Amino acid sequence: MSIQSASASAASPLATPIVAMEGIEKSFPGVHALKSVRFELLPGEVHALMGENGAGKSTLMKILSGVYAKDAGTIRIDGQPVEIGSPREAQALGIGIIHQELSLMRELTAAQNIFIGREPRKAFGLLLDEAALNDGAASIFKSMNLALDPRAPVESLTIAKQQMVEIAKALSHKSRVLIMDEPTAALNDAEIAELFAIIRRLKAEGVGIVYISHKMDEIKRISDRVTVMRDGEYVGTVPAADTPIETIIAMMVGRALTTEVAAPRASEDAPIALEVIGLRRGREIRDVSLHVRKGEILGFAGLMGAGRTEVARAIFGADPLEAGEIRINGKAVSIRRPEDAVKAGIGYLSEDRKHFGLATGLDVRNNIALASLERFCAPGGVLKDGEMRDIAKRYIGQLSIKTPSDQQEARLLSGGNQQKVVIAKWLLRDCEILIFDEPTRGIDVGAKTEIYKLLNALAAQGRAIIVISSELPEVLRLSHRIAVMCEGRLTGFLPAGASQEAIMQLATQRQSAVEAPHAA
Amino acid sequence: MTDTLATPAKPQGIRITGAFHRLLAFSGLIALVVVFSLASPNFMQTNNVLAILQATSVNGVLAIAATLVIITGGIDLSVGTLMTFCAVICGVVLTYLGMPLPLGILAAIAAGTASGLISGTIVAKLKVPPFIATLGMMLILKGLSLVISGTRPIYFNDTPGFTQIAQGSIIGSVFPALPIPNGVLILFLVAIIAAFILGRTVLGRYTFALGSNEEAVRLSGVNTDRWKIAVYALAGGICGVAGLLIASRLNSAQPALGQGYELDAIAAVVIGGTSLSGGRGTILGTLIGALIISVLANGLRILSVAQEWQTVVTGTIIILAVYADILRRRRL
Repeated sequence: MSIQSASASAASPLATPIVAMEGIEKSFPGVHALKSVRFELLPGEVHALMGENGAGKSTLMKILSGVYAKDAGTIRIDGQPVEIGSPREAQALGIGIIHQELSLMRELTAAQNIFIGREPRKAFGLLLDEAALNDGAASIFKSMNLALDPRAPVESLTIAKQQMVEIAKALSHKSRVLIMDEPTAALNDAEIAELFAIIRRLKAEGVGIVYISHKMDEIKRISDRVTVMRDGEYVGTVPAADTPIETIIAMMVGRALTTEVAAPRASEDAPIALEVIGLRRGREIRDVSLHVRKGEILGFAGLMGAGRTEVARAIFGADPLEAGEIRINGKAVSIRRPEDAVKAGIGYLSEDRKHFGLATGLDVRNNIALASLERFCAPGGVLKDGEMRDIAKRYIGQLSIKTPSDQQEARLLSGGNQQKVVIAKWLLRDCEILIFDEPTRGIDVGAKTEIYKLLNALAAQGRAIIVISSELPEVLRLSHRIAVMCEGRLTGFLPAGASQEAIMQLATQRQSAVEAPHAA
Repeated sequence: MTDTLATPAKPQGIRITGAFHRLLAFSGLIALVVVFSLASPNFMQTNNVLAILQATSVNGVLAIAATLVIITGGIDLSVGTLMTFCAVICGVVLTYLGMPLPLGILAAIAAGTASGLISGTIVAKLKVPPFIATLGMMLILKGLSLVISGTRPIYFNDTPGFTQIAQGSIIGSVFPALPIPNGVLILFLVAIIAAFILGRTVLGRYTFALGSNEEAVRLSGVNTDRWKIAVYALAGGICGVAGLLIASRLNSAQPALGQGYELDAIAAVVIGGTSLSGGRGTILGTLIGALIISVLANGLRILSVAQEWQTVVTGTIIILAVYADILRRRRL
């Protein structure tokens, strides 16, 4: 390993990269996830990997850590070409990954987690050597300068400590490459400082660190270089210190301009349909206030985990709130359960259609009627099937749902048509306020356009609409007004036609953990 | 930057609540014993206590087998009919083939282990959900027992000493004051061995780890399929022991017996605080759970409560026990 000084080392082009990936290709059914991607990591370097949701960062790192197999391309470790066929082979090469969702066994202790699969044994390999296990973990913690009881069950630890256990696990494999996928997503500022102290120590020891994050200020604080990906492609690599944030954001969003703009809003001063004031729940929702007018489409932008879905689910009564008021047509309402929200005229279209939106085993007719069954109820609880059929057929026609009949099982429809079925369900329920969470996820381009048209038509009828989307072009194309969230806070509102850069600025605008009282 | 002066204060609290739950089952058992002793002077008679213990032995051993599988996050519905199948195999070897007793014992345990291997393979390799895989095995084993035995009980009259397996008392022959039946001794031996495997061996560690987060174990480079199969096989072998116990007590292999035993076993596991979602559980808890079920049955009988009501009470206790567990988790 080459000799290096703590700070300048990383940028030095003289060192042999620990990792060099070239021409990496990966396709999943229907998606070309990685297109000839390259990536390089030097010893003692913190290399940030950035890009919008779906840019391919996690896929690339899963290939490096042996979770996915690449379709083509070469990976070199210390200059030697290697094939990484499994997580175990990656570990043997010194590559450790800390997944976005922590992959620990909650019921086991910290030490047991660290040595899973490599437990020290005694008595001819028959028994576990629990003492050696705990000593081993303790010495790793000591090298990390971390005070943590190896015997503590993981479920009793804070998220930050659990993260440290993951890092310790990776280090116990003598990892020289450590991949961290959004490691600070669940950490507060003090915990982030703790994590960074450990990262700096590892860096000084020559460990190369891949740091996946959306948070600009962190990237600036901790990383040496930044590689940006977009739509599965390599965009470029720049030094972190002397590249302005604006430049990095421009690389992430690209220059592709949205051709179509939002349809004009019916009326600027239509009455307010939904207003929420001071919604709060822990760190997920921090004092969120907003309103939507009749006939308005409010876009809800932000990065994954910013709290948009949480706000939507709270308004819909799916999750509890700690504080806050919800007003509909100017009147305060109490929404404790989805049932209350539906009665108040709110419909929520979940981002996860298959799990929460659609009864995939039922046919189209029953799915459309599902939220309004009592209207088809004859005395005695018998359903009026004929009436249901007629209404289902009417919506199939109105929304041009492509299905052979109203008795087709919903799971057999395409994603776009499934989405229309869910929309029909809420329309039949006479919802005046519709919240769409990622309405076009997993839907092909042609169907997207149809959904957009439908949303515009619904707004034109005077319904108030909130659209949550992680795709900026989609937000820009649909919204009359854009609300941006970051880490549970509303960081700002933007008018229609705002630039992608402006949205990304707000979406990555972290605030110090000490919550300043801010004006509304 | 010496971080973390704050060693988490929380674990202690959790350990206490965890112990609290085990205590809950245990104090439930104590409470039952106290109530029944006060209600009837016959309850604490030595003979009655021994009868309770003897009645616990078969269900206790089956419940230990079920505990192992349930900790992996699975379920084993075949323990009851597997027990019968092993008893029938033992009968074939001893009575039909006239082999010596040790071979019969070996055959019963081997049959159980083999069946466990098959269940485990169906679950791990074919990815059939454990509920379905072991439901299928339950019916297959039930049918095979009837086929092999020709639907008739197989008696062990030709094998002297067979009834001694469960009914004799090695301890009693040494200490006449303690006539603890061998069946009870075997139950405690099985419990100690199972607790040892769970707590001190690699197999035990993976049993918990699989139930806790199987994907994480797999990503740690562990051959999860192999270990899962091993757990089912071990549980099967333990069912073989239960087969020997019941055959010895009845001095016969009753091929029609067995179905329904799995539910009593699972009830004991659940009352004992083992989570059906996997990752946590103890053998001691299961033993206490099995004892609660037999104390209830025995006590209610002594109080002349109709047998029909006993199952109503057991059912209520299962629901209460699991609700207590849910309350405990909610507090975490």
